[in-house]
Amino acid sequence: MIPLLAAAEPPALSSYLPLIFIFVLATFIGLDVIRNVSRLLHTPLMSLTNAISAVVIVGAILVAGPQVSSEHPLWITVVGLVAIAAASVNIVSGFLITNRMLKMFKTREKEKKG
Amino acid sequence: MSAEWNLVLVQSAYLVAGILFIFSLKWMNSPQSARRGVWAGVWAMVLGVGGTLLNPAVAVSSLPWIAVAVMLGGLIGVPLSKVPLTAVPQRTALSHAFGGLAAGLVGTAKYYLWLHEGGQNLTTFRMFAISAEVILGFLTFTGSLMAAGKLQEILPGRPITFRGQLLLNFLTLAGAIGCGAALMINPQLSFLFPLLIIFSLAFGIMLIIPIGGADMPTVIALLNAYAGLSAVAMGFVLDNQILVIAGALDGSSGLILSIIMCKAMNRSFTNVLFGAFGSVQDSAGAQTSGAVKSASPAEAAEIMEQADSVVIVPGYGMAVAQAQHRVRELYDQLIKRGIKVKFAVHPVAGRMPGHMNVLLAEADIPYDDLIEMDEINPEMPQVDVVLVLGANDVVNPAAKNNPKSPIHGMPIIEADRAKTVLAVKRSMKPGFAGIDNELYTMDKTLMVFGDAKAVVGDMAKALSGDSGMH
Repeated sequence: MIPLLAAAEPPALSSYLPLIFIFVLATFIGLDVIRNVSRLLHTPLMSLTNAISAVVIVGAILVAGPQVSSEHPLWITVVGLVAIAAASVNIVSGFLITNRMLKMFKTREKEKKG
Repeated sequence: MSAEWNLVLVQSAYLVAGILFIFSLKWMNSPQSARRGVWAGVWAMVLGVGGTLLNPAVAVSSLPWIAVAVMLGGLIGVPLSKVPLTAVPQRTALSHAFGGLAAGLVGTAKYYLWLHEGGQNLTTFRMFAISAEVILGFLTFTGSLMAAGKLQEILPGRPITFRGQLLLNFLTLAGAIGCGAALMINPQLSFLFPLLIIFSLAFGIMLIIPIGGADMPTVIALLNAYAGLSAVAMGFVLDNQILVIAGALDGSSGLILSIIMCKAMNRSFTNVLFGAFGSVQDSAGAQTSGAVKSASPAEAAEIMEQADSVVIVPGYGMAVAQAQHRVRELYDQLIKRGIKVKFAVHPVAGRMPGHMNVLLAEADIPYDDLIEMDEINPEMPQVDVVLVLGANDVVNPAAKNNPKSPIHGMPIIEADRAKTVLAVKRSMKPGFAGIDNELYTMDKTLMVFGDAKAVVGDMAKALSGDSGMH
C-alpha cells in the first residue's frame, strides 16, 4: 500500500485487502461507539459527523496538490480546489456549531451555580 | 527526508487521526465529555490534513492555493455555524450537500486524470470505487439540497407524487448504475462518465421529492450515511486509510440514526423512501368525532398550578413557533411552586434526530429533565398534567388502539394515560399523517388554541401574576 508514489503498475485486487479489513473493522467500531451516544446529543452528533465526513478534504488536497503539468491539467487542480473549499465549509461550520450546541447542555447543579 | 520516512510519518499521522476520530465519537456518549469529543475531532482533522500536506505528491507551489480554498470555505462556514438552532436541520442538510459535492468532484477529477494518463490505472476495482464515490457523492449533493430547501420552506414541504414516479426513480438509478458497470468493463467509454454524473444528480433530486417534512429526520440521517460511504469509496480510489476509517465511522453513525428514526415511526427504510406517507390519508379529511373542550391559557395555567407533576411533550410546533424560551419561563414558574416538571422527548419529534433536546438546552433547561419516551411512559399514570406542545402524531393513542390507523404500531408518548391532558394547538387541523387524534376528544383533555409561543407566554404570565397567592 504505497499511496505516496505514483505506481507504474496499477495495484492488484489483492492489494486492497488490508483496506477492506480496515473498512470492516472501522465500521464495527463505529456501530458500537455510535450505539452508546446519548440520545440527548443526536443533533450535535450529526453536526460532528458532518465535520468528520469533511475528511474528504484529504482526497481533494491529493487532487489539487500536484504541480500543474501536461500530465496534470489545470482544470483538475481547479476541481480539486473547489472540493477543498466545499469540505472546508463543513470542517469549520461542523466543529463550531457542535461546540456551540454542546455548551448549552447543562445539568441542574451547574444551572443553579450559573 | 527519504521516501520511506515520509511514508512512515504520513501513515503515523493518519493512525493517530483515526484513533482520535474514534474517541471523538466515543466521548459523545455523555454531555460531560462531549466537548472533549469536539476537540478530539479537530485534532484528528488537523493531523489528517497535515499528514496529507506532507505527501510528496503535493507540490509546494500548490500550498498557497490550497490555503486560499480553505479560507474561502471557512468564510462560508463561520456564518453557517451561527444559524438559529431552529434552523439546524437545514444547516445539517446543506452541509451534507457540500460533503457530497466534494466527494463527487474528487471522484470525477481522479477518473479524468487517470484517463488522461492513458487509462491503464483505471482498473476494474478502481472504476467500481470511482463509480460508487461519484454516484453517492452527487446524489447526496442534490438530495441534501432538496432536503435543505424543503426544511427552509423554499420548496413545498409536502410530499410530491405523480404517476409512474417509482418507475422513473428506479430507471434513473438503474441508468447511473448501468453507466458505472459499463465503465468498469471498459473505462475508455468516456462519454458515459458525464451521463453517470447526470443520472446521479437527477436521482438525488427525485429521491427527496416524494418525502414529506416529518420524514426528514430519517432522510437527513440517511444522507449522512451516504456522505460517509462516499468518503469510504474515495478512500478505495485513492488507497487512503484515513478516508476509509473516517468514512466508515460516519456511515455507521448515519445508519444507526436512520434505524432509530425508522423504529420510532414503526416504518421500514423502503417505506420512508418510497412510501410518500401522508399523501394518501389527506383525502380522508379531518372529521373529529366527539366534543372538544377548550380552555384559555390562564385556565390552563391554573390547572398546572394545582398539579404535583407536569410533563411537557414538545413537538415540531414548538420549534416553528420558537417557543422554547417561553417554555423556560413556564418551567421556572412551575418549579418555583415545587411542581415536578419533566420533558418527554419522542425520538422523531422535530425535523432531525435530537432536535427538541437542543432547542430546550438552548433555553437553559437542564438536560436531567429531558426524558426519553421509554423512560417516561411507565410513569405516565402518576402524572397529573401533560402539556402537549406542538406535538401531534407522537401522542396519538390510535397508534396503540386502532389497527386500521396508518400510524398503528408506532411507539408513542402515552399522554393519554395521564390524569389531565392540556394540548396546545393552532387549530383542530390534523397533524402530518393527516389523521384524527382521539387524544383531543378525550374527557380529560382540554385544548388551548393559539400559537405555541403566545399561549405558553400567557401561561407563564398568568402564573407570575399571582405567584403570591399560593
